[in-house]
Amino acid sequence: MAEKFQLQVITPERIFYEGETSFVEMNTTEGEVGIYKNHIPMTMLIAPGVLMIHEDGGVKEAALHSGFVEVLPDRVAIVAEIAEWPEEIDMNRANEAKIRAERRLKNGEQTTNIMRAEVSLKRALTRLEVGKHR
Amino acid sequence: MASMRDIKRRKSSITSTQQITKAMKLVSTVKLQKARSKAESSKPYSNFMYETVRSILAKSTNVDHKYLHAGASGKKAVIMMTSNRGLAGGYNSNITKMIIGSGIPKEEMIVYPIGRKGRDTMVRKGYAMATDYSDVMNEPLYKDAMDISEELLQGFENGEISEIYLAYTSFKNTVSQTPKLEKLLPVTMDASSVSKEEQMTPMNYEPNEEEVLDHVIPKYMTSLIYGALLECVASENGARMTAMDAATSNAEEMIDTLSLEYNRARQGSITQELTEIIAGAQAIS
Repeated sequence: MAEKFQLQVITPERIFYEGETSFVEMNTTEGEVGIYKNHIPMTMLIAPGVLMIHEDGGVKEAALHSGFVEVLPDRVAIVAEIAEWPEEIDMNRANEAKIRAERRLKNGEQTTNIMRAEVSLKRALTRLEVGKHR
Repeated sequence: MASMRDIKRRKSSITSTQQITKAMKLVSTVKLQKARSKAESSKPYSNFMYETVRSILAKSTNVDHKYLHAGASGKKAVIMMTSNRGLAGGYNSNITKMIIGSGIPKEEMIVYPIGRKGRDTMVRKGYAMATDYSDVMNEPLYKDAMDISEELLQGFENGEISEIYLAYTSFKNTVSQTPKLEKLLPVTMDASSVSKEEQMTPMNYEPNEEEVLDHVIPKYMTSLIYGALLECVASENGARMTAMDAATSNAEEMIDTLSLEYNRARQGSITQELTEIIAGAQAIS
C-alpha cells in the first residue's frame, strides 16, 4: 500500500473534502493525472472531469469542474469553483443540459457561444459520468 | 402642559413603534446568524486563493502579466456594496462617505452598484453608473460573483477600465463593522511578507506561469467579491440589529418619561377638581 498524504478539496461554499488518501486522480488542462505521495511541487489547472480519491475502504468519486490544484510532496490542495458528490447531481438536469449544449453546437452560432456550449457540454458529461456510479 | 389625551395618544404610538423595532431586531438577529456562518464557511477558499496568488507572484518576480498593470484609460471601477433596505444605522452612509472621501476623482469613477441604497445616493450625487446588480444582495450566490467579475475583467481587458476597487463593509463582530476599500486589479502584493524559505520552495506550473495566472487571477477576484458579498450581508444585519436595539431602548425611555408626565397630569386634574368642589362647598355654607 502506498504512503498516504493530506488531501483538501475547497470550494467557495465549504470545505468539500478533507482527509488522508494514498492516490488521487483528476483531469487537468494538460491531460489526466494521478498523484502519489512525494510528487514534485506543481500547480495545474483543472479541466472538467472526474475526481477519484483512493481511500482505504475504496474509491470516492466526485465531479470537478474548474479550478486549480496545488501539489506539494506531503499535501495536495484542490481549489475548485464547483465540486459535487454523485448523490448531489441531478441526472435529469444534467441530461437536459447535455442535449441543449449539443443542439447549440450543431446550429453553429457565434464563436463565443460555441465555447460556452462546449464548456457546458463537458460539464454535463462529467456530471452524467459521476452520477452513473451512485 | 400637554393634556392627558395628547400624552396618551403619543404613548400608544411610541409603543407600537417599539413593537416594530423589536420585531425587526429579532428578524435581523436570525438573519445575522445565518449570514455569519455562510461568510465563515467561505473563508478557507478565499484565504487559499489569496495565498496562492501571493506565492506565485512572490516566486516569479520576472513575470509580466496583463493583470499586473493598470490600463491607460484612467477610469476606475468601484464595486459598491450596500443594502437594499434602510433602517440599518450608519451602514450605508459609511460606505458612501468612504468612497467620496477616498480621493478618487468623480470624473474618473465608474460605480458598479450592488445594493439599492448606495446606488440611489451615488445617482443623486451625479456619479457615473454601470450595470446594477442590486438584486444579488438579497441572496448572494457564487454564480453572481462570477458574472460580476467577468463583466469587470472584460472592461479591464478592453481598456475601458484601468483599475478596479471593491468597497464593502467587513464584518468583525456583531457590534463592529468597518467599511473597507480594496484594490482588486491590477494585483499588487506585498512581496516582503513572503518568507525566504517560502521563496526557496520550488514550484512548477503547468502549462506555464502566465497561463496559470490567467486562470487564477479571475478566480481570485471572484472569490474576493463573493467573500465581500457574504460579509456585507452579515454586516448589514449586524448594523440593523444594533440600530434596532438602540431604537427599542430609546422607545422604552420615552415611554417611561411619558408615563410619568401622564400620571402627573392626572394627579393635577384630580387636585384641581377637588379644590373646585371644596371651594364651591365653602361658598354655599
